[in-house]
Amino acid sequence: MALPSHLQTGTPNPPAAERRTPVYALVGNPNCGKSTLFNALTGLKQKVGNYPGVTVEKKTGTAWSQHGQPLTVIDLPGTYSLAARSPDEAVTRDVLLGRRADTAQPDRILCIVDATNLERNLYLVHQVLDLGRPVIVVLNMMDLAVAAGLRIRAARMEQTLGVPVIPCEAVNGKGLIELTLAMSRPDLPLSRHAWDVPAAIAPAVAELQASLHENDRRAPLIARAEALLLLTDQDSVRVAGSTPLSARTTEILQSWRDRWTATNTDWAGTLVNSRYEAITRLCAGLVEDDGTAVGPSVSDRIDAVVTHRRWGWLVLVVVMAALFLSIFTLAQYPMDWIAAGTDALANGVKHHMAEGDLRNLITDGAIAGVGSVVTFLPQILILFFFIGLLENTGYMARAAFIMDRLMSRVGLNGKSFIPLLSSHACAIPGIMATRTIEDPKDRLVTILVAPFMSCSARLPVYLLMIAALVPNGAVPLATKVGLMLLMYSLGAGGAFFFAWLFKRTLLKGEPPMMIMELPPYRLPGLKDVALHMVQRAGIFLKRAGTVILGISIVLWFLTAYPKGPAGATPAQQIAQSYAGMAGHALEPVIRPLGFDWQIGIGLISSFAAREVFVSSMGVVFNAQTSDEDTTPLRDALRQARWPDGRALFTPLVCLTLMIFYVFALQCMSTIAVVRRETNSWRWPLFQLIYQTGTAWGVCFVVYQTGRALGF
Amino acid sequence: MASTIKLSELAVGASGVVCGLPATGSTFLRLREMGVLTGTTVKLVRAAPMGDPLEIKVRGYHLTVRKSEAEHILLEPLKD
Repeated sequence: MALPSHLQTGTPNPPAAERRTPVYALVGNPNCGKSTLFNALTGLKQKVGNYPGVTVEKKTGTAWSQHGQPLTVIDLPGTYSLAARSPDEAVTRDVLLGRRADTAQPDRILCIVDATNLERNLYLVHQVLDLGRPVIVVLNMMDLAVAAGLRIRAARMEQTLGVPVIPCEAVNGKGLIELTLAMSRPDLPLSRHAWDVPAAIAPAVAELQASLHENDRRAPLIARAEALLLLTDQDSVRVAGSTPLSARTTEILQSWRDRWTATNTDWAGTLVNSRYEAITRLCAGLVEDDGTAVGPSVSDRIDAVVTHRRWGWLVLVVVMAALFLSIFTLAQYPMDWIAAGTDALANGVKHHMAEGDLRNLITDGAIAGVGSVVTFLPQILILFFFIGLLENTGYMARAAFIMDRLMSRVGLNGKSFIPLLSSHACAIPGIMATRTIEDPKDRLVTILVAPFMSCSARLPVYLLMIAALVPNGAVPLATKVGLMLLMYSLGAGGAFFFAWLFKRTLLKGEPPMMIMELPPYRLPGLKDVALHMVQRAGIFLKRAGTVILGISIVLWFLTAYPKGPAGATPAQQIAQSYAGMAGHALEPVIRPLGFDWQIGIGLISSFAAREVFVSSMGVVFNAQTSDEDTTPLRDALRQARWPDGRALFTPLVCLTLMIFYVFALQCMSTIAVVRRETNSWRWPLFQLIYQTGTAWGVCFVVYQTGRALGF
Repeated sequence: MASTIKLSELAVGASGVVCGLPATGSTFLRLREMGVLTGTTVKLVRAAPMGDPLEIKVRGYHLTVRKSEAEHILLEPLKD
């Protein structure tokens, strides 16, 4: 059959006048080495952003053809099927079908296949071949397939499918030259692979195809592929930016579905079955198991320990403990350097600029404010690195497997575990790691509760309060540890309670499914992990940077204006500033918690980063503090009095204040990141209100009960 | 005909051939798309430390399924 002229070749040599960079899409199952291949093809020339309107990562890069021509490569989110179950998968489907106005329909498709797992990977290939676009199949991980005793006849596969099939080992760069050569070919054949649509649904496919061609203006082959997809796409996931189907097509689809439901025809199942039948026939002549690999594989042996009934827990605890230990120890040095660096920078500016408001704005507002956030960057980077490492090695899936039962008690699944745990170091990487959760509601719930986890910025506040809590002398270690544990468990308890509550009320949904592949353990590609880490951190700085700078300046302004009389001490200045006024205005609200306006100033300034509470208390109470030694501040806090002479920082107030810090959302970086990850201001504002409301409520109960009991 | 059992009742290490899958529900459609079809051999590798979910081996790779999902998958047990 002759194809319509515009389909005869994929990207015919375009006339010079309309020469544009050809677009290649990378598609493949999760864990097939797609990102590694993308990195190998495009090097560091990558752009990472979001698809407009959805929080799905858009990664594009430039590869070079054999003749030095640029080729645009889009790395589409990994998926097992084009029948989408999550926003990520919906984007992959929509880009391939040309449904997204913001992304050009790819000219050619690179289908990455995990050679060790051919049958399941070919399901997606099979769907992609239907699209009628030029396809190159990349058989990745050929070395692992050989190690597993599999012999794959790539040449015969190429013959049968009629498209180039390139064996490859993306990790060590083998096969990349051949792949580039194939990508550089001016003409790529369309697949010859034919399979019979089951007779029961063939009329429906024909009718939908005709309607898609006429009413939705699809090319005939794409129309056929889309018609087949629509039949398996039962509860189709729609995302912003996707062009809706025409009314006529929707109508036809619905009428067929009604007809089949009435006659009890399992149309989706029939279609999947016939695809797998075709794949099984295809594989029969292509794959040979030479039987050399007998007994459990390396992965099986590792899993016997890692997911063992008892040892599994031990491994999990050890891995997580190692993670936290390294975050806190390794990050300390660069954190100190950054803190010293921002100080030096501020001093430098002070040295070179005349005393004045502009100078203070730069040093005390911009540099100090941004510096207090950037200080956390090393922790954030290390956390991103570890999360990438856990993902790349395959341990992440095991942790989710082990924790799923526990997480399911509050209506989440195991995939929420790592993001929540990471939030104990810093909520930002935790929230950004929720992208691995497919279900949008589960993801949102996880984001909403993650900041309850006691992050490292709260530690200085806890430590100061514990120091101030015990009158005269050192705090017994047991009290210290006990109180710290109490704070951490309060945070975790709050997170689980609200997750449970949200899943039952606000974000009610089906119980999340837990169909998750446990990929074989693999040595991580350190280059990929490092690149991932740098990209993440870049996103954080870019997105949060402006918000952080803006709020820092606002916070500085609040403490610096209006100006006090000449010769006023810093404490007097802050007392009569807008921040002081705000503190006074806040006092009626926080008085039932035992806090006065001076503590109110601390609460407000904490928005820069919670630990700023310590330094602003230093200013308010006129105490010299340094990071290492808070003794003068502790003593100053003990001296602090209400106007009527009662002590301000009673043990009960110290405890209440710590509890306030557990629950309240006082972190502009978190707000900025939640804004990015939920694509609206609605959720971060909701989070700010409900978390801070919870903090107030809990503190009210604690303080008033304490008072009633005579503390 | 051999008696059928649920996937959730399969002993650890035992295998069976799928003979019944619910026709509806996105969970089961996704399972089919991942290769769990009528006639496919499935092996129960292990249960998670807390008993749920289950790890199964199908078409040469490993997959997790919750017990509540496995209850709806019927198998003809295989003798080894």
